[in-house]
Amino acid sequence: MINRIAAIGRYGTASIQSIGRAGQLLLNSLLWGGPGSAGFSDLIKQIYSVGVRSLSIIVVAGFFVGMVLALQGYNILVKFGSVSALGTMVSLTLLRELGPVMAALLFAGRAGSALTAEIGLMKATEQLSAMEMMGVDPLKRVVTPRLWAGIISVPLLALLFSTVGIWGGAFVSVDLLGLYDGAYWGNMQNTVIFYDDVIQGLIKASVFGLVVTWIAVYQGYDSVPTSEGIGKATTQTVVISSLAVLGLDFVLTAVMLGSI
Amino acid sequence: MTSDIHVDVRNLSFNRGDRMIYDGLNVSFPRGKVTAIMGPSGTGKTTLLRLIGGQLRAEKGEGEVLVDGKDVGLMARNDLLALRRDKMGMLFQTSGLFTDLNVFENVAFPLRVHTKLPEDMIRDLVLMKLEAVGLRGARDMQPAELSGGMIRRVALARSIAMDPELIMYDEPFTGLDPISMGMIVRLIRGLNKALGLTSLLVSHDVDESCAIADYLCILSGGKVIGFGSPEELKNEGNDEVKQFLTGDPDGPVPFHYPANDYRQDLLGSSK
Ligand SMILES: Nc1ncnc2c1ncn2[C@@H]1O[C@H](COP(=O)(O)OP(=O)(O)OP(=O)(O)O)[C@@H](O)[C@H]1O
Ligand SMILES: [Mg+2]
Repeated sequence: MINRIAAIGRYGTASIQSIGRAGQLLLNSLLWGGPGSAGFSDLIKQIYSVGVRSLSIIVVAGFFVGMVLALQGYNILVKFGSVSALGTMVSLTLLRELGPVMAALLFAGRAGSALTAEIGLMKATEQLSAMEMMGVDPLKRVVTPRLWAGIISVPLLALLFSTVGIWGGAFVSVDLLGLYDGAYWGNMQNTVIFYDDVIQGLIKASVFGLVVTWIAVYQGYDSVPTSEGIGKATTQTVVISSLAVLGLDFVLTAVMLGSI
Repeated sequence: MTSDIHVDVRNLSFNRGDRMIYDGLNVSFPRGKVTAIMGPSGTGKTTLLRLIGGQLRAEKGEGEVLVDGKDVGLMARNDLLALRRDKMGMLFQTSGLFTDLNVFENVAFPLRVHTKLPEDMIRDLVLMKLEAVGLRGARDMQPAELSGGMIRRVALARSIAMDPELIMYDEPFTGLDPISMGMIVRLIRGLNKALGLTSLLVSHDVDESCAIADYLCILSGGKVIGFGSPEELKNEGNDEVKQFLTGDPDGPVPFHYPANDYRQDLLGSSK
């Protein structure tokens, strides 16, 4: 019994310590270094590897999600005779919710896990130690550009996801279901408010980008430097960052809508 | 500043997990000399180098590691980075080459980060270092395309890129063919002679170490069991030291990691 309580206690202190280390990592790498602290070419390289390489999965997923949204929305709205609101429904759902959330989740699976594995491997092969011994701070050199790349990429990916999703919705509703295209696009134009809907979605996406990348680099940086440890860290990245995105989404939505 | 002692370890105790690695270690490494650190696998030679480099720190009150008279265990992070940049080089047991950079860029890395030298000067410096390890022709290769011995030589070239005053080599000879080995031996000796580098060399090769080291430091069981020139130790060392230098498995130094009785273990009567 005592043992079990002690085990819970150990787990508790270990978790809190881990949160502390993660916080320290974030402070040290973001406060010390702006986006270009390791050179802009490094930042561009990282944006390419986390952002550009996620483009295809974002485009394909966005198109399908938009198509499904239109299909489901049409079948609901048709019961109330208000299919002309379909464009509004699809676009608001994407811009406010699905764009940021889905882009962040896909980003966690595609780029986050790769970041964790990359940094974990650099640790296991003593690349980080070698850097330290050359008097180079690996936080600044390795972590900072990756964090900024995530913060910059995810909002752009979310915007792309929403855009492609809206096209996917148009394809289903206008081309397949025969909705008048003026209704789809025109009502969307009249109801979507740039500052409320687009910007709030982008703010969400930036926060998700920060959180997902932060979790990914921390998991890699703090991993046990063996193949097993890196595997575990990679899984943790996907699990923790997905849950964090979904949880934070609720909090941010509540704050933005101001209705709780 | 320029005392005869470059690195001074005083009364150092260090644990890893539950295992005690050092218990009151005292050892001084003289400036401008090659000192070979030897000892059975797992005694903590790599640990010692990491303590000197400040990557591991002893607990408060558990002893001091002085480099140029300053305790690296108490240094602020930025001072430590500056010390390593200006004064220290280290060759890791697993080399630590950057896998996303080619050979040239690996060696150029510290120069690019720490200096504002023009590109053609960096090029010349890198080619000089690569020439010294015989790999000027491999400058465009990726680390994944290199053999184990070549990786080690590139890492060596990189660790001397900033011309350190103190250089630590962790097992630089493992995985080298006799020709490269001879070359690295000459290189280590040459760097020491030409630039007056203090070199700490961890190695298991008794012959090579005796050939290039001014002093041998033999560690076992968390203590220094012998320190002196190779001849001194061979002639006057105690039994443990002699056993180590001749490579005899029977003697005061145990070959086995501490374990319970072998026979009982096999019969499964203990866990
Ligand atoms: N990260 C670690 N965590 C816990 N214990 C460790 C760690 N690294 C090494 N040890 C332990 O510390 C002891 C000393 O390790 P160290 O790597 O310094 O040995 P070594 O003398 O360099 O051995 P070798 O000659 O095989 O390289 C070993 O017993 C090892 O089990
Ligand atoms: Mg070792």
